[in-house]
Amino acid sequence: MTEQRETRRIRFIQGNEACAEGALYAGCRFFAGYPITPSSEIAEVLGEKLPRLGGRFIQMEDEIAAMAAVIGASLAGVKSLTATSGPGFSLKQENIGYACITEVPCVIVNVQRGGPSTGLPTGPAQADILQTRWGTHGDHPIIVVTPSTVAEMFTETVRAFNLSEKFRTPVVVLADEIVGHMREKLVVPATGEIEILGRAKPACDPSEYRPYDVSRGDVPPMANFGEGYRFHVTGLSHDATGFPTSDAATVHADQVRMTRKIYGRLEEIEKSEETETGDAEILLVAIGSTARSARSAVRLARERGLRAGLFRPITLWPFPDARVRDLAKKALAVVVPEMNLGQLALEVERVAHCDVPITGVHSAGGEAISPAQILAAVEKAVVR
Amino acid sequence: MSGRYEIRLGGSGGQGLILAGVILGEAAAIHDGKNAVQTQSYGPEARGGMSKSDVIVSNEEIDYPKAYRMDLLLALTQASFSGYVKDVKPGGLVVYDTSLVRDVCEGNYRLVGIPIVETATRAIGKSMVANVVSLGAIVELTGIVSKEAVEKSLMGRAPRGTEEINRRALHAGYDLVKNAEQKTTAGNR
Repeated sequence: MTEQRETRRIRFIQGNEACAEGALYAGCRFFAGYPITPSSEIAEVLGEKLPRLGGRFIQMEDEIAAMAAVIGASLAGVKSLTATSGPGFSLKQENIGYACITEVPCVIVNVQRGGPSTGLPTGPAQADILQTRWGTHGDHPIIVVTPSTVAEMFTETVRAFNLSEKFRTPVVVLADEIVGHMREKLVVPATGEIEILGRAKPACDPSEYRPYDVSRGDVPPMANFGEGYRFHVTGLSHDATGFPTSDAATVHADQVRMTRKIYGRLEEIEKSEETETGDAEILLVAIGSTARSARSAVRLARERGLRAGLFRPITLWPFPDARVRDLAKKALAVVVPEMNLGQLALEVERVAHCDVPITGVHSAGGEAISPAQILAAVEKAVVR
Repeated sequence: MSGRYEIRLGGSGGQGLILAGVILGEAAAIHDGKNAVQTQSYGPEARGGMSKSDVIVSNEEIDYPKAYRMDLLLALTQASFSGYVKDVKPGGLVVYDTSLVRDVCEGNYRLVGIPIVETATRAIGKSMVANVVSLGAIVELTGIVSKEAVEKSLMGRAPRGTEEINRRALHAGYDLVKNAEQKTTAGNR
């Protein structure tokens, strides 16, 4: 039995279900996790479907072990996924760092709820924006994508897998409770409609294999465990052989290389959507479900003769510095609505260099930000 | 219908209103070919506590997925009536259960009180189909989705063996509204 089909199908499903379908479409055949609201439907769907596709589904004892299992499965050559929410995402950080330094492709979904700690299990939030970038310690690059529709929960999960394989890196799909639980129409693409990437395998003889050989590019070819290529994997800083080293020059160069492999190829990673930004004097920057409210607010503002426009990062990290800087330069004011007390705004402030006043619209109580709240901030920004 | 039509199904956890919203949204989006978004909000409790399900139907793209200026409010608890009625838009429709909502305030909206839970319990024999009776009432009142669409969507979601009871519950919802409207007309004479 095969999940993929020759023709498109239209379904009315949840963002979380679309995420699970996207993972299967991308070729994911391993899931390890620990159920947590508001992400559990991803595990629920995969728990049913993965075994029927010859894949594996494991409910682990906790999120730490789940992340470890995902790394192990990926080392064996299987595209692997875990899904969680804030409390579980905090637990996964140690092993996300392990995936970063060992350069193991994997996808982590975080459907955000109110925090910190147990917080608001069923209430939406966007307060893990900085945690996705800096949650695990040490300098490390990471890619984070932020869907805003059910269709994007599918397509961005597929893209997350493609990016993780292409760049040998963990990729986070950062959703929120609204996008995760919302139901909308999804046109499931037919087989082959979206390109699916796999990891680059070594061409050399197994006896000559060096797992972190970057002589031909910043992303080293990756052998599967069990195929005769014997190699060592460690969370310690290592050289091309995979064995630990504390040689300062080697370690420094490797840190620089790991960051360059992502930040040096931004054009292959960045993705965003713009609404009415051409002549925008008031620039809105928003992600996820809040971007939907912001787009409504842009329409309402335009009806009132206000030149508002929306920039929506779809790839959140690496942050789209260049484009935000350009748009902020042309604007008289920037408004950043987000379901937290101001995280995305910090990045906008960093790249806009105080050239323009920036106001936030915040909601940290587990409720969506309404278009009217954003419109009020836009109108206030114009008066100022 | 051209623009946005907002529906909120309000009640308490366990009444099946989230599923009712899903069936309604699916009827609109898949079987009637419109755009629809369904969202929900509920507490951490398995049963009890406030629960609401919003369905937005539109021929255009839907940005904001929550109801904030409702065309229709269904209230199956007093708390949901009292809490949400202020967000019903002028000229909107408020449908409530006559046994669960006792304190009804008049406003710039049309009030339709019908015995939803009693119908589910007495006529169908299962209080748990109150959500489907509600669906029937909403479709009969508003025509926001076609009857063919809602029946297809309901049959697609009903667990095997419950098709007949669900169909009866849906039709009981249609009839509740028809009867209520006949009474109103008779009263006006």
